[in-house]
Amino acid sequence: MTLSALQEEIRAAAARAAPLRLRGGGSKDFYGNEPRGELLDVRRYAGIVDYEPSELVLTARGGTALAEVEQALAEHGQCLPFEPPHFGAATLGGCIAAGLSGPRRAAAGALRDFVLGVKLIDGRGRLLEFGGRVMKNVAGYDVSRLVAGSLGTLGFIAEASVKVLPRPSAERTLAFEMAEAPALDAMNRWAGEPLPVSASAWHEGTLYVRLSGSAAAVQAAAPRLGGSELADTVAFWRSLREQTHAFFSGEAPLWRIAVPSATAPLELGGAQLLEWNGGLRWLRSSLSAQEIRAAAERAGGHATLFRARDKSAGAFTPLDPVRLRLHRELKRAFDPAGILNPGRMYAQF
Amino acid sequence: MGEAVSLSLSRRHEVARALREFLPARAVLFDEEDTRPYECDGLTAYRQLPMVVALPETEEQVRRTLQVCSSMNVPVVPRGAGTGLSGGALPLGDGVLLSMAKFMRVLRVDARARIAVVQPGVRNAAISEVAAPHGLYYAPDPSSQIACTIGGNVAENSGGVHCLKYGLTLHNVLRVRGLTIDGEPLELGSEAPDAPGLDLLALAVGSEGMLFVVTEVTVKLLPKPQCARVIMASFDDVEKAGSAVAAIVAAGIIPAGLEMMDRPATRAVEQFVGAGYDLDAAAILLCESDGTPAEVEDEIARMEAVLTGAGAVRLAVSRDEAERLRFWSGRKAAFPAMGRISPDYYCMDGTIPRKRLAEVLHFIAELEKKYGLRCPNVFHAGDGNLHPLILFDANNPDELHRTEQFAAEVLEKCVAVGGTITGEHGVGVEKINQMCTQFRPDELELFHAVKRAFDPRGLLNPGKAVPTLARCAEYGRMHVHRGALQHPELARF
Repeated sequence: MTLSALQEEIRAAAARAAPLRLRGGGSKDFYGNEPRGELLDVRRYAGIVDYEPSELVLTARGGTALAEVEQALAEHGQCLPFEPPHFGAATLGGCIAAGLSGPRRAAAGALRDFVLGVKLIDGRGRLLEFGGRVMKNVAGYDVSRLVAGSLGTLGFIAEASVKVLPRPSAERTLAFEMAEAPALDAMNRWAGEPLPVSASAWHEGTLYVRLSGSAAAVQAAAPRLGGSELADTVAFWRSLREQTHAFFSGEAPLWRIAVPSATAPLELGGAQLLEWNGGLRWLRSSLSAQEIRAAAERAGGHATLFRARDKSAGAFTPLDPVRLRLHRELKRAFDPAGILNPGRMYAQF
Repeated sequence: MGEAVSLSLSRRHEVARALREFLPARAVLFDEEDTRPYECDGLTAYRQLPMVVALPETEEQVRRTLQVCSSMNVPVVPRGAGTGLSGGALPLGDGVLLSMAKFMRVLRVDARARIAVVQPGVRNAAISEVAAPHGLYYAPDPSSQIACTIGGNVAENSGGVHCLKYGLTLHNVLRVRGLTIDGEPLELGSEAPDAPGLDLLALAVGSEGMLFVVTEVTVKLLPKPQCARVIMASFDDVEKAGSAVAAIVAAGIIPAGLEMMDRPATRAVEQFVGAGYDLDAAAILLCESDGTPAEVEDEIARMEAVLTGAGAVRLAVSRDEAERLRFWSGRKAAFPAMGRISPDYYCMDGTIPRKRLAEVLHFIAELEKKYGLRCPNVFHAGDGNLHPLILFDANNPDELHRTEQFAAEVLEKCVAVGGTITGEHGVGVEKINQMCTQFRPDELELFHAVKRAFDPRGLLNPGKAVPTLARCAEYGRMHVHRGALQHPELARF
C-alpha cells in the first residue's frame, strides 16, 4: 500500500462525501462513539522507518503493530514511557489516535507528551508533516500533539515519531492494606517526595505502589515506604493496563473518571479501581450518565463512558459552546467534507 | 503623508479614549516617552513603537480591552516580560500592545495536589520560590528565568537546561485559562488528566500569542531532588564530545542536564565569570545527575566510565553545591559573556538530530570563514538544541547583513539534516522566512486555518510565526537568485 493510493482513496471519498472509518488493528473499536463509514484498513502501511537508540527517537508508519515497536525498543533496553494499553492487535497509529496512556502516566507523562512529529493525510487527501524527529521544536503550531488522541477525526496518521526512554533497570511493587481515603493520602504524599514511584493503584482495600529506576534508587526507597512485596510486578500492572484484571470483567458499564488526583473518594454506587495517584478512577456502575458526569464535574474532572453496550449518552463529557465551536472550526480546517471518523469523538462533527 | 499622520493620530486618540472608559489613565500609554520601553523585546534588532500600550490589572479589564480592539478592528500584541528572543512581542504601529505585567499574583499553591495556579505575569523563578517551602519546584528553567513570565513561557513553549529529563513548558502546564479576541472565556486542559475533546492545550502552548490571551496558568510542581552533582568533561575534539553524548544516552542514562560548549565559548565566559572551565579543551560537556544521594552516586560513576570510554581527557566532578553552581554559572552566563567580547551577538536556536552534530559544526566553521564573523557555540547537547552565537557589530550595516545571511544558512542547514529552525525561542518575526524552508505551502495553509479557527479576523499578534504564502514566494525567489541558477533574469514561480 502506498501513501499516494491512500491519499487518492481519501480524496475520492471526500469528493463523494462518503464517511470513512479509519482503522488499524481494530483493538479500540469499543472506544469513543460507534464507528461508522466505509472501512479504510491502514494496516498495510506499516514498518519501522527509523530507530536510532542513542537519539531516543523511533519513527514508524501508522499501521506498524504496537507489539513490533515495543519489541524493537526492548531489544535496545528502551520503552514507550507512557506504557500504552494494547487491548489486542494494536497499531502505533491507532495507539496515537486513541491517545490512551497506561500506569506510568502520572510519573512519566501522557502519550501526547512523547509525540514528536507526524506525517498526516488530511481530509482533502493532502500529505502534511508537522513536528519532526527532534526533542525540541517550536516552529509552527504543535499539530502533531493535537492529532494525538483525536480519534482519527483530523487525518490518517501515516507516520509518527515518538520520544522513547531507557527501561528502568530495577522495578518492584509494594502492597499495603489501606482504606481508600488514606490510600489517596499516601499516593499524593509520596508523589510529592523525591521517590522513584512509577505507578500506583488502589482496589478493594489494597494500595499498590510500583518503584522503578536504578537498583540503588529502588533499594533505598522500598524500606522507607514499607508494605509487602508483590511477587509478579509485571503481570499485575499488565492486568490493569490491558484490563484483564477481574475488576474489568462483567457486563456493568465501565466509566473512566478523571479528577484532580487529591480529590476525596467519590461516593458513587459501584466498584472502583484507582490509578495515577487517584487522578483516574475506574467505575463499574449502572448509574445514569448525568449523575456520574455531574459528580466528576463537581470534583473538577470529567467522565468517559469507556466500555458499554449503550453509548447513547455519548462517550465523552460534552464540550462547552466556545470549545465546541473551536472543535468544529478545527475539524473544518483538517477535513472540510467531514468524512474522517465522523461522530467518533462527538456527534456534532 | 501629513494626512496619514493626522489620521493615525486621531485613530490613536480614539482607541485610547475607548480604553480609558474602563482603564485608569496610567494604564493607557500613548506618548512616545511612555511607549518607548515597549518598542522591542529581547530581540533588539527589531523595533517598533506601538500605537497604544494597555496595562490591565483584572481579567475583566483584559476582556474589555479585547472587545474594544475587536470591535474597532485594532490588532493586539500580548506581552509578558519582553525577554523573548524572536521578536514575538514586537509591537505593531497600528496596534495595541497588551502588557500582562500587572498579573503578578500567585493564586494558589496546593502542595498536596502538587500544582500552582498563577497569573501570567508571575516570573518563572517566582513559582519555584513559592513552591520551595513544600519541597517542590517548577521544572522548566529558561536562562532568563529570573525575569521571564509564565505567560510568555506558555506562548513560546520555553525550555531550559533540564528539559531532556523534565520536559518543556508543554509537559509542565496542566491548564490555561484565557480569552479569545472577542473576549470569550476559554479554558484549555484541566487539573484532571486528559481533558475531553481535542488537545487544544497542546495547540495553545507555543502558539506565540496568536490564538488567545492567557489570563491564568496551572502548572505542575515536582518534588525537589535531594541532591545534584555535575561532571565537567574535557575533550580535545568537538566530534568526540558529540559522540560522548550519544554514548551516555545509549548507556541508558538520562542526565538531568547535558550541555556542551566549544572553546571559543568557554574562553569568552571564563573571562566573565571564572567558572573554572578547562580552556585547553576543544569542547567541554557538563553532565548533571540528580536524585537521592544513592542514585546520584551510582549515576555519576556510570557517567564517568562512559565519558572516559568516549575519550574525555579530563573529568572534574562538583564536590559541593557551591562548585556545582559555579560550573553552571558559566553556561548560564554564556549570552551576556558574548556581549562583553563583541558589540552585538545574534543567537540561533536550531535543533538537529544529535548524530548530525559534527557535520553541522563543521558547516558553521566554514561559514565563519565565508562571512568573516566569529561564532562560538553553546549547545543543549542532550536534546540537540544548538545556540550558535554570531558575533557582530550592528553599527556596521554590512556586518549585520552578513550576520543575517549566516544565520539563515545555519537554520536552513538544521532543516536539511532533519531538524528545526527553532527549538525553544519561537519563530516570531525573526525566523519567519525560514518557516518557508521548513514547511510546504499546504502545511502553512493549515497553520493559517488553525489561527482562523481561534481568531477569524487575524487580530491577535498578526504577521508573526507563520508567513503568508506570498511572502514565501518572494523569499523563495530571493534564494533562487542567490543560487547558481541559469538565466536569473527570467521570472520563475
